[in-house]
Amino acid sequence: MPLIRSSAAELANLMATGEASSVEITRASLDRIAEVDGEVHAFLHVDAEGALAQAAEVDRRRAAGEELHALAGVPIAVKDVVVTRGLPTTAGSRILEGWVPPYDATLVTRLREAGLPILGKTNMDEFAMGSSTEHSAYGPTRNPWDLGRIPGGSGGGSAACLAAYEAPLAIGTDTGGSIRQPASVTGTVGAKPTYGGVSRYGLIAMASSLDQAGPCTRTVLDAALLHSLIGGHDRMDSTSLDAPVPPVVEAANRADVSGMRIGIVKELTGEGFQPGVQKRFEEAVQHLVDAGAEIVQVSCPSFRYALAAYYLVMPSEVSSNLAKFDAMRYGLRVLPEGIDDPSAEQVMAATRDAGFGDEVKRRIILGTYALSSGYYDAYYGSAQKVRTLIADDFARAFEVADVLVSPTSPTTAFPFGDKMSDPLSMYMQDIATIPANLAGVPGLSLPSGLADEDGLPAGFQILAPAMKDERMYAVGSALEKRLHAAWGGPLLARVPSLVKEA
Amino acid sequence: MSTSTTDALMGYDEVIERFDPVMGLEVHVELGTATKMFCGCATTFGAEPNTQVCPVCLGLPGALPVVNAVGVESAIRIGLALNCQIAEWCRFARKNYFYPDMPKNFQTSQYDEPIAFNGFLDVELSDGSTYRVEIERAHMEEDTGKSLHVGGATGRIHGATHSLVDYNRAGIPLIEIVTKPMVGAGERAPEIARAYVATLRDLLKGLGVSDVKMEQGSMRCDVNLSLMAKGAEAFGTRSETKNVNSLRSVERAVRYEMCRHGALLAAGEKVVQETRHWHEDTGMTTAGREKSDAEDYRYFPEPDLVPVAPSREWVEELRAALPEPPAQRRKRLQTAYGFSDLEMRDVLNAGLLDLIEETVAAGGSPAAARKWWSGEIARRASAQGQDVPTYAAGLGLSPAAVVELEGMVTSGRLNDAMARQAWEGVLDGEGTPTQVADARGLQLNQDTGALEAAVDEVIAANPDVADKIRDGKVQAVGALIGQVMKAMKGQGDAAAARALILERLGQPS
Amino acid sequence: MAELTRADVEHLSRLARIDLSDVELDRMVGELGVILESVATVQQAPTDGVEAMSHPLPLANVARPDEVRASLTPQEALSGAPEVDEQRFSVPRILDQD
Ligand SMILES: [Mg+2]
Ligand SMILES: [Zn+2]
Repeated sequence: MPLIRSSAAELANLMATGEASSVEITRASLDRIAEVDGEVHAFLHVDAEGALAQAAEVDRRRAAGEELHALAGVPIAVKDVVVTRGLPTTAGSRILEGWVPPYDATLVTRLREAGLPILGKTNMDEFAMGSSTEHSAYGPTRNPWDLGRIPGGSGGGSAACLAAYEAPLAIGTDTGGSIRQPASVTGTVGAKPTYGGVSRYGLIAMASSLDQAGPCTRTVLDAALLHSLIGGHDRMDSTSLDAPVPPVVEAANRADVSGMRIGIVKELTGEGFQPGVQKRFEEAVQHLVDAGAEIVQVSCPSFRYALAAYYLVMPSEVSSNLAKFDAMRYGLRVLPEGIDDPSAEQVMAATRDAGFGDEVKRRIILGTYALSSGYYDAYYGSAQKVRTLIADDFARAFEVADVLVSPTSPTTAFPFGDKMSDPLSMYMQDIATIPANLAGVPGLSLPSGLADEDGLPAGFQILAPAMKDERMYAVGSALEKRLHAAWGGPLLARVPSLVKEA
Repeated sequence: MSTSTTDALMGYDEVIERFDPVMGLEVHVELGTATKMFCGCATTFGAEPNTQVCPVCLGLPGALPVVNAVGVESAIRIGLALNCQIAEWCRFARKNYFYPDMPKNFQTSQYDEPIAFNGFLDVELSDGSTYRVEIERAHMEEDTGKSLHVGGATGRIHGATHSLVDYNRAGIPLIEIVTKPMVGAGERAPEIARAYVATLRDLLKGLGVSDVKMEQGSMRCDVNLSLMAKGAEAFGTRSETKNVNSLRSVERAVRYEMCRHGALLAAGEKVVQETRHWHEDTGMTTAGREKSDAEDYRYFPEPDLVPVAPSREWVEELRAALPEPPAQRRKRLQTAYGFSDLEMRDVLNAGLLDLIEETVAAGGSPAAARKWWSGEIARRASAQGQDVPTYAAGLGLSPAAVVELEGMVTSGRLNDAMARQAWEGVLDGEGTPTQVADARGLQLNQDTGALEAAVDEVIAANPDVADKIRDGKVQAVGALIGQVMKAMKGQGDAAAARALILERLGQPS
Repeated sequence: MAELTRADVEHLSRLARIDLSDVELDRMVGELGVILESVATVQQAPTDGVEAMSHPLPLANVARPDEVRASLTPQEALSGAPEVDEQRFSVPRILDQD
């Protein structure tokens, strides 16, 4: 099998046995990027030189007999919302064009210390706001399954680079589904850890109380390996959990669901879900039953307020988090037209109008409204109470079920432009992923198959109680095994080659 | 340069006659922590621009705050010293507004959940009365950067073409202490304002939480003031005079605003709710930003920080370890030392209380301590432009020296004049009092025979004076002692001479 | 729920320091109206007596010791600045807003 199609765990084995070097593997990824990224546009910035230097360093350390991390030498792509010292970081926004951070996010420090060559920065909806990557200021990423369709969002670049075999691993961030929904529509795996499980230090914040970074991979085991590497306490993040990383790798390896109670959330299935997506979901559930799991039906009545609560809490935090982009200290500075001697205030307003895209402006204005005096209680205050109701629903559901499952996204990948003029229909993409962010619980998406009606990937979501992330890896890994057996290999084996026949 | 024309002012007496002032004071204190409130950058004053900044305090994308534990502890100690209740659970909040010297365009502060609330501070006024200032709250927040306005006249914001921002100060911990509105202060309002700020400054200094240097901006005061007509119940419209940064200015600013409001109200005009700038040079305020309902800080709980929930045990530990409040300590020591009000005032003005207390602790008498730490050493210190404690520290002079000197007097080795000589020698760097006395040969003549002879001689030579003393005019004895001492060539024991004269002339000593 | 007017959106855009064009303003009034109507459903949730959740996990008292850590160099700090002068961030004139 060519290097680019191997999983991270397989690549780690090849390096351990001396069958491949990190430089060879990294070069293979870089070659593939050169070959297909013109079409896919998963990357905003590629750092071939830096990646190869890191790869050579790992090869040297390995040759010297140093003890290395399991993923040492496996190249990785990093979503452009994560700051990287010396590498341009834009969060998909014009307002940060050309900005080179003077520091690394904590998770990037961990990647560097473990010796993972960083291939580059992946495309995304501007400031992670969107479900299609169409809101990137630098043009959309295309779905390798169908270049006329969206790769999901906001982390479309991180998911697409995996599906296009440009990278074996990627970092994503998930505020309302930005890791899981792109995974779902690209036939890849993505996990949002428990809130606080991975440090947020160095993630350009969208909504602080919802944001969480996590692994984007092609297999459940790879996700567990990467989760385990980037997870764990960070004293630079006050909301970081001071607890050991859950035993996710062990759970993924064991893949044991016998006796587990799998809860099907009534509110997250059926109506509103594409028939092919729903069908693959039901088959996947049957696979779990065959593997020895028990199915229970649960109801989470407050979930129907989740989308509304999310679109108040998130924009409120956005309006404050994005205030720092003001043309004073970094990033774009635009002088207003027709004003001779503009004030700082006028330059701020002109820059923010020119530098932010429509969706970002919409959310800032919406959040400014939700927090303003006189409306706070009705909007932000009510939304925060709904969060409590949703957390209570989860708590009750987890009394009778060990994990909860649903389709990840209600549809498969849709064509470009389909939902751009209708924000609400775009927001509906995250209907099943948002509750986990509101309550802080972990969620994982893996492919459940191709929908009959369009032949595009559908996703299966597993939610676990806070700090019980290992459960979703156990279930995901067990399901993945059975599905691979049924399909005769991974789903991604069927992705179009992207290389034009000569 | 002031931007506005001179305000019409009403005479102060007329203001008092017609109106009641309502006053509120907001004091911002920079804590003396080693690092900033939410990051590990140093807080050294006067550092080169932008050398004490990091991703957090520069508000770089992705950075996150982490609370300084000592910042929280200091806030609680301040709250306790101000007799406040300490919140069992409270949060930080974001105060959202745009300003170039505020890196995140929100200030991390506290809103409806301050760490300390409902306290009071008793301040002493010049007439000896005490006024109780009610404290609304004390909360934690962070400072902003500093802007240098370029291109306009003398660095002012008006007329500047651009500004240069240094973020070294951004993120330094601040405690904002807010009083409740003070009603009924009447004509004493300016004095109360000043006394409150002075008392607060001493209190914070005593706590060791801040260097409280108003001239360096580590303590800043905003004065809110309104007038209401005599007999009215509703407060008038207030002005907020910002950054009044000396004790004298606080007093003047209150007075100025009272007179300005008085003139406006008397003329049937409205007081505009606005911020005012205080001008130290002219002693006037000028209009700043108008407060409109456009101002909407959109406070909400800071999602990047978790709640602060100080345990009651910890709070009680901190309370038990608080130093005695300065006013209480002053009162206690004055009583214990038997100082008159006048003596006490001199001691405080000269900053001698700590030295005296240490000297007493080392075995000296309060009177001797006060005597030796005032006088000659004070004269020399002021010639150097220093206060006594600084000057004494520079000489390596400790309370033990005063105790030693006093001991030499009480043991009878030195008389007062000799002790003064010995002290001068000490101040000249000649050594300890004993060493100086030895070197200079200072030693009372202990020969009682010689003293008796001298006394008898002097009584015989001054029959008139002796008669007066026999008749009970004991104060006349001074004249005879002087002559005895002269006869003894300065080495006599004046106290012994006095006792002997009185005995010879049949008077009780 | 009160309708969001054009004047409201204009006011909000000033608060948010975004100089929206007339075209943007017109469009946003409509879009925000639809979104607001949708999110206003949170008010129908049974939230009486329910605590507001500001943090997903019930952590408290996270603090760091008061120990100095390395700052950025001034070069690093100023590296992204649109304009620099005298080792400071050069910004347009600041209106007198206090
Ligand atoms: Mg304040
Ligand atoms: Zn800092």
